Amino acid sequence: MSKIENKNENGSMDGAGEGTGGDPKDDKGLGLGVIFFMVAFLVCFLSGWLLFPKLLYSKREQPFNFDHVLHTEEVGDCETCHFLREDGTFSGMPSLESCMECHTDEPMGETEDEAIFAQEYVAKEKEVPWFVYSKQPDCVFFSHAAHITGDKPMDCKSCHGPIGESTTSKPYEENRITGYSRDIWGQNIWGIKKHSWDRMKMDDCAACHKEETGHQGYCLQCHK
Amino acid sequence: MKVDRRSFLGLGLGAVAGVVVSPVGLKLTDDSSIWTQNWPWTPVPVDGEISYDNSVCNLCPGNCGISVRKIAGRPVKIEGLAGYPINDGGACLHGIAGLQYLYDPARIKTPLRKNGDKFEKISWAEAISLTAEKLTDIRENKAPQKLACITNKVKGSVPKLFERFLTAFGSPNLYTMPSLESNLEMTAQTLHGAGNTIGFDLENSDFVLSFGAGLIEGWGAPVSCFKANASRKERHAKLYQVEPRLSNTAANADKWIPINPGTESDLALGICAVIIKNNLFDASNFKGGFNKFAIMVQREYALAKVAQACGIKPDDIEKMALLFAKAKMPVAIPGKGRGKNGQSLKEFSAVHTLNCLVGNLNKKGGAFIMPQNDYLSFPEAILDDAAETGAGQEKLASSINDLVAKLAAAENPIVDALFVYNANPCYSFSDPKRVKEAFKRIPFVVSFSSFLDETAMEADVIFPMNTFLEGIEDVPSQAGLAKNVIGLARPVIKPVFDTKDPGDALILLAQALGGTVAENFEWASFADCLEEVTLDIWDALSEEGHVLVSEGAPYGTPLVDFTFLSTNPATIQAQGDFELTLIPIDNMRLTGTVPAVSPFALKTVSDKVLTGTDIVVEINPVTVKGLKDCGDALLTTPVGAVKVKVNFNEGIMPGVIGMVRGLGHTFDNKFVSNKGVNVNDLIGPVIESGSGLDAAFGIKAKISKA
Repeated sequence: MSKIENKNENGSMDGAGEGTGGDPKDDKGLGLGVIFFMVAFLVCFLSGWLLFPKLLYSKREQPFNFDHVLHTEEVGDCETCHFLREDGTFSGMPSLESCMECHTDEPMGETEDEAIFAQEYVAKEKEVPWFVYSKQPDCVFFSHAAHITGDKPMDCKSCHGPIGESTTSKPYEENRITGYSRDIWGQNIWGIKKHSWDRMKMDDCAACHKEETGHQGYCLQCHK
Repeated sequence: MKVDRRSFLGLGLGAVAGVVVSPVGLKLTDDSSIWTQNWPWTPVPVDGEISYDNSVCNLCPGNCGISVRKIAGRPVKIEGLAGYPINDGGACLHGIAGLQYLYDPARIKTPLRKNGDKFEKISWAEAISLTAEKLTDIRENKAPQKLACITNKVKGSVPKLFERFLTAFGSPNLYTMPSLESNLEMTAQTLHGAGNTIGFDLENSDFVLSFGAGLIEGWGAPVSCFKANASRKERHAKLYQVEPRLSNTAANADKWIPINPGTESDLALGICAVIIKNNLFDASNFKGGFNKFAIMVQREYALAKVAQACGIKPDDIEKMALLFAKAKMPVAIPGKGRGKNGQSLKEFSAVHTLNCLVGNLNKKGGAFIMPQNDYLSFPEAILDDAAETGAGQEKLASSINDLVAKLAAAENPIVDALFVYNANPCYSFSDPKRVKEAFKRIPFVVSFSSFLDETAMEADVIFPMNTFLEGIEDVPSQAGLAKNVIGLARPVIKPVFDTKDPGDALILLAQALGGTVAENFEWASFADCLEEVTLDIWDALSEEGHVLVSEGAPYGTPLVDFTFLSTNPATIQAQGDFELTLIPIDNMRLTGTVPAVSPFALKTVSDKVLTGTDIVVEINPVTVKGLKDCGDALLTTPVGAVKVKVNFNEGIMPGVIGMVRGLGHTFDNKFVSNKGVNVNDLIGPVIESGSGLDAAFGIKAKISKA
């Protein structure tokens, strides 16, 4: 064994002596370290779980409240307002023009929300700047027609949930980094979902495709 | 217990471990990946309903039908309109890039008034009242004829409205920019009488003899010509291309006949001589001067002499003449390049005389003599005394070039006010510096323009115009098309800026002037005017978007008058004493006049034409010793000298230098301007006596290593 190796061996022995052996006072230090570790762990873990989502998302109210129940009772189904156009593209949010097929600048009912709609948007011929909970990034191609027509049409609810049963518009929670809705990742910050509509991430598309078609799909099918 | 280093270590490790097992890391990784794939500052097109609007493109005289794809009402793409009689679904690169003109950096967004060297924004009301005030002063000075106007075209209701304005005001001084259409009209007038134009039935002809016409480089109605050329092989039709360089058209032809620049009319008359000598002509519709013409061409354009002048073997000329005369449906087409600038009436007439000799006028596959503008019926003009006196006077000049020369020569202003509509003579005329100088001698220049181009920069007041996607306009077919189609350009988008149609601006101006001028413009809008003046066809025009007035050979055989050519007008010579000849080249990827090339189209130009910001000239390697391919050179003409890059090209005749037309703009457009050189800056005008045309097909030049 060379001198240098001896030195190293001695050095490491010294270090180990300081850390593990030695006098009993050091055990107290270790105990305090563990407590500090536990406290910091808990604070950070809980912050990451509970506080972080509150910081990540800003809450924005819709221009006015929209009652889906009231409207579906009148028009019957989702497709009347959210329809496929003749060329197969999806209309998405109804334009002011679609709304004005029924509405005029004179409110039909007595709700305050309709009054705002009539005064601020119909009378001024201004499109309603709705926040869209299901808006996906522009780098994704998605065809509604391919999913809701054909032999096994999907129900709107499968992806959009029971939004048709809502009487109020929930606040739009916008991700401060991406600008997209919280509903894409899902309300659960861990990404755990109970229902098929709880999340609208790529993995959710892939899982459903795998189940229905036997293959999760190729990149360029959606990222054209 | 003592808080020591280990405690802090524990705290740090605990915090790290807490964050790691919380959802923060996973979520931030996901969010940052989405953020980086969708930069929030990158514009995302608005989604919405897809719709298509049909209209007509009027960027060039082709007037193709277009289908504009719109999303949520915003135009996003221009395509050729299937079934349209001119282009049947086809489109050229300028047409498909047409949307860029809506948002062009040089677009004029509001009316402008010149204050010193700068323009200041004014309202439409101010612009109209300012102009009306100046015009009222001119009328009060009893010199209404001192209002002149330059428009870009001869056909359609807009040039007619300018003419009506001038007549009602009291001026005969309406001038039109030279175009293939105006050259063809002048030719038709010379050989067949006024009120006609000429169409060439290229899609049916079995032998096309082209005197430099760039059939696939923007001549005539470009897309229609592309289609006729593309079907040539199926129809077993021949194309013989006569020109000094192996252009795309020449490369595509069955035969390329290189010719000394500027001798095309000699060749055409030489071929006439061969046809007459061999008695292969049809004299049934000759009206006057034929005998004199026949003697003249036999004497002056004998085969050997023509061969010498043109640089073509006598046998080749004779063979070409016999092939042409014996073909079933031959047609000869004039107009070098786009047939617009640097053309001579002698050349146009000589070439068209070939059609007249072989008797293919108004026959399938031949040349059609067609009436002009017969679909418009304006109410009779109401004139006061001042208008009658002024409008009845002689025109100040025979052409814009003549006007420019007279303005330069006069001590006092001979024109008090000038309107310029959609034209850019300060760029597209030979030696544009002299045009700018002449403009400075006019006290008040009003530009009706969409873009702040070289000519608009010289104006005192600018009325900003709609582009073809924002306004309404009737666009009759022109430029040698063998069909008579009236198209309707309709707005596919509301004006992006505070712009108007020229007709609406004129109506406002006339109404501000009051009196009889206003009485001639008693329409609420230009759209109302259009409906009234196109009364017979308005319903069909507004519903279908176009009216096919006539297709196929017109009825009857027009008479042919040989008087002009029988006097043997002089052939134009290039200016200068240098040994080489510089000729401009028309390139399909560039535009010649208004509007300037779009950023998209400019990007498609080869680096053999423009490399970086340097223009590249074509020259045969044997022409000059000492030059290097891709090297720098100094090109000098009697008018100017510029630094250029050299492209050795064996497809250009020795002794000839080719430089592309359409580069070297100097106005404020970072995508298009200050790239290359404007070839017109190097060429001086050569005015043809009689026609007043600037017939400078090129200029003598020298080139040396820089």
